[in-house]
Amino acid sequence: MSDLISQNLNMIFKTPKGETVHALKDLNFTLKKGELLTVLGPSGCGKTTLLNITAGFIRPTSGVITLNNKEIDGPGVERGMVFQQGALFEWLTVAENVNFGLRMKKEDPIQTAKKVDEWLEIVGLQGFGNTPTYQLSGGMQQRVALARCLINDPDLILMDEPLGALDALTREKMQSLVLKIWKETGKTIILITHSVEEALLLGERLYVMAPRPGRIHKEYNLPFASMGLKEDLREIKKNKDFSAKREEILEMIWNMEEEIMGKDI
Amino acid sequence: MLTQIVTFLIFVAVIGCILYGRKLIKTEKVDAVFGNPERALGGTHWVIVGSSFLLLVWLYYSWDIAKGFYPKSANELCQVAKVNDSLLGLKYQFPIEEREFKSTSQIKKENKNLNLILNEIQNSQEIDNQQKTVLAGFIKKTNQLIPLLTNEDLIENETKQKINDITGKINLLTENFQKPDYPFETEQELNERLKAVSEEGGWGIVKVQSGTGSIENTMEVPLIPATDRGLKFHAAAQELNLISDEFFKLRNHNPQFKNQIKQLKDDIKSYRKDLSDSEEVASTYAKNIIKIARRIEFASIYPPNALNKMQNAIIKFDNAQLKTQGGLRFIDILLFPAGTIVASGPSCSEQGSGRWLPKPSDTFNKFILMSKPSVGYKDIPLLWIDMVDVSKMIGFILPDWIADILPGEYPVHTKDGIVKENFKGNVLKVVTGDFKLFKVPVPYGHIWDSFLRVFLGLVFGIIIGVPLGLFMGLNRFAKGFFDPLIELYRPVPPLAWAPLIISVLGIDNTGKVFLLFMVSLSIMIISARAGASGTQLSKIHAAHSLGASKRQILRHVIFPNSLPEILTGIRVAVGMCWGTLVAAEFLAGTTGIGFVENVAKKYFQYEVIWITIFIMGMLGLLFDITLRKIIDKTIPWRGKG
Repeated sequence: MSDLISQNLNMIFKTPKGETVHALKDLNFTLKKGELLTVLGPSGCGKTTLLNITAGFIRPTSGVITLNNKEIDGPGVERGMVFQQGALFEWLTVAENVNFGLRMKKEDPIQTAKKVDEWLEIVGLQGFGNTPTYQLSGGMQQRVALARCLINDPDLILMDEPLGALDALTREKMQSLVLKIWKETGKTIILITHSVEEALLLGERLYVMAPRPGRIHKEYNLPFASMGLKEDLREIKKNKDFSAKREEILEMIWNMEEEIMGKDI
Repeated sequence: MLTQIVTFLIFVAVIGCILYGRKLIKTEKVDAVFGNPERALGGTHWVIVGSSFLLLVWLYYSWDIAKGFYPKSANELCQVAKVNDSLLGLKYQFPIEEREFKSTSQIKKENKNLNLILNEIQNSQEIDNQQKTVLAGFIKKTNQLIPLLTNEDLIENETKQKINDITGKINLLTENFQKPDYPFETEQELNERLKAVSEEGGWGIVKVQSGTGSIENTMEVPLIPATDRGLKFHAAAQELNLISDEFFKLRNHNPQFKNQIKQLKDDIKSYRKDLSDSEEVASTYAKNIIKIARRIEFASIYPPNALNKMQNAIIKFDNAQLKTQGGLRFIDILLFPAGTIVASGPSCSEQGSGRWLPKPSDTFNKFILMSKPSVGYKDIPLLWIDMVDVSKMIGFILPDWIADILPGEYPVHTKDGIVKENFKGNVLKVVTGDFKLFKVPVPYGHIWDSFLRVFLGLVFGIIIGVPLGLFMGLNRFAKGFFDPLIELYRPVPPLAWAPLIISVLGIDNTGKVFLLFMVSLSIMIISARAGASGTQLSKIHAAHSLGASKRQILRHVIFPNSLPEILTGIRVAVGMCWGTLVAAEFLAGTTGIGFVENVAKKYFQYEVIWITIFIMGMLGLLFDITLRKIIDKTIPWRGKG
């Protein structure tokens, strides 16, 4: 019932020079409740456009996208978003950032404070409630962004390269956190990433997108995310199956990049 | 006394700090290897050197060091200047400070002039040969006058006697001058002089007419001799004046010369009479020749050795007076920069840098004086507190028509001449502030007025400019609509609006506040707009998907995000407003710190001008420091987002 269904989604941009860019062409997919979808692809394949349409920041040129049978025609609380650079409000403290959504809804402050404490504990930031956001490290800022999004209890979480700006060690920790949250909350998640490894590790389903026009090139159903809930992520990376898939997808993306570069020259 | 101590302390401080600094530099070589961040924080000693040096320059150029260490020197130097002036005419006759005798240079000059005229006449096309011969004859006769004056045999005994008399007087003066009790002043004369000295007052006195609040200009160097040494020079100068008058009345005219020049004058006179109107040129030449003859007649031309004794006498006196001057000369050169007193002549007026650079002590005294609320400037204190009843403020805030719209009539007096108040009348009393409550202190004065104008102009600019700027940054219609209006007035220098605004809104606060409002408005709009349009899209998106409404995004995301720009704008606006205000107060007004400076300028009250400059600088600095503190407190995240 609470599925995300995309039907013949098209997005055409006009550049300032007057050229038209077909960012998305005839996108059809269905995402069931509780699924974790990772989207991978070379730059310019329309990953972020897809996410922005799903979030409701932009409207598709044609086609319909529905969540819980309701057409998406604007930003909404039921779809939470996590950005690459956190997009935190640096003039607020951690707690004020996290309770931003609830404050805007004018919910009971005592209840809100309780919820904030709960979520800060889940993302591993207990005791940081009164810290100004600008004093946090990159990883901690992303934790705040996650908590800020999750406290609103959205049906669908959209993540736009959330771990892209983090160092390798922090990134691995955060990947575990994402998996943990996914398991504990059972939310539907769409995660966009540049990293093939990350896409394979986190994605229950994986779409590899191709550019010009932006479309779904290949679809995978992966076991690694469920494995990652029990095992160490590093162990999974040593898995033979994992390496084979990684090489396959890397090859695919390299070919696409070459195609684009060749065209440009 | 204070100046001496201050000067001494400055020297000690400068030398001490330089020595300390040198010691530090030696250790800094070690620090360069191991590093010592704490030492990099210091450097106060160099600040002391810099400010001490500044103060020293001020003390020096305002003659305060001279005044402090040699309080009598200016008065004495003034007397020396008198002697120098009297001696100048006499010295001029001899090769003492000149290259040659005055007589020699006169003869050279007139011979040259005669040759010039002779040449011109001979080459002239407009004069016939006959007249050329006549004119050449006149020139020759004029030339022959000179030997009659320079011949030692022709000089008359009477003239010789007079020259001897004058020489004797100079020698006597020299002799007396060297005596310690010269000019032999009687007790009565002494008392009279001392009385005059005390009436004239000291050097650099600040005369204040208390009550009127006006501060008169300072009196500079006193003219009446106050010391014995000064009196000596003063008396000698007077005597020298008499002697030189006598000398310049003297003429070396012997009978032959007198005959010759009379004959020449008569000849030229009759020659010019006989000339017809058409022979104008020849007549002019003849006139020029007689001019030269007259110059020779009145020049003090003497035979070469006739004045030798007198020359020696003058040199002797000059040496004697230089010896009596002693160290005074060096004080004049070293401690009176740019406007040395002796060079300024017998009037002893203080010219040059000393005029515009008042003495620190005078400036300080005047500042203390002006700070007193009873003196102030133009009957208004610089900054003081007035007790004002709260009722006045209530009456000012409440509009009078509140009483008018109440039912009923205002009371009318009865036939007994008594006015019985009713409710409507009582309300009118309240809204006009005609009652007593309690008093609160309210600041007033020049500084407060200026401050209030800037503050009000700024506050109005912020209240209107920030929302408008944010609106323009977010809404294309608002940007398109308001942009031309603002861009129409903003590029005009604010002072260009001032005459218009002041003539429409009046010279008082309204006009100035409006002018400053205009200044701050455009700055606030631009900064708020830049802040609003510089908000990252992802922040707005994030707020959106967290369920914030448009109004909430404006209040909770865009406004705080633009705060750094807005606060920077306020800082810029304060500086601009402050500058504009002072200039606007120059144009018109009755109060304010700019008004004070403008009035002081009219009366050449340099101390007051410097005080206002200082106050303005300090207030500007205060504004900036306060704002910087506020900025650091309110937006600690700036540059870290």
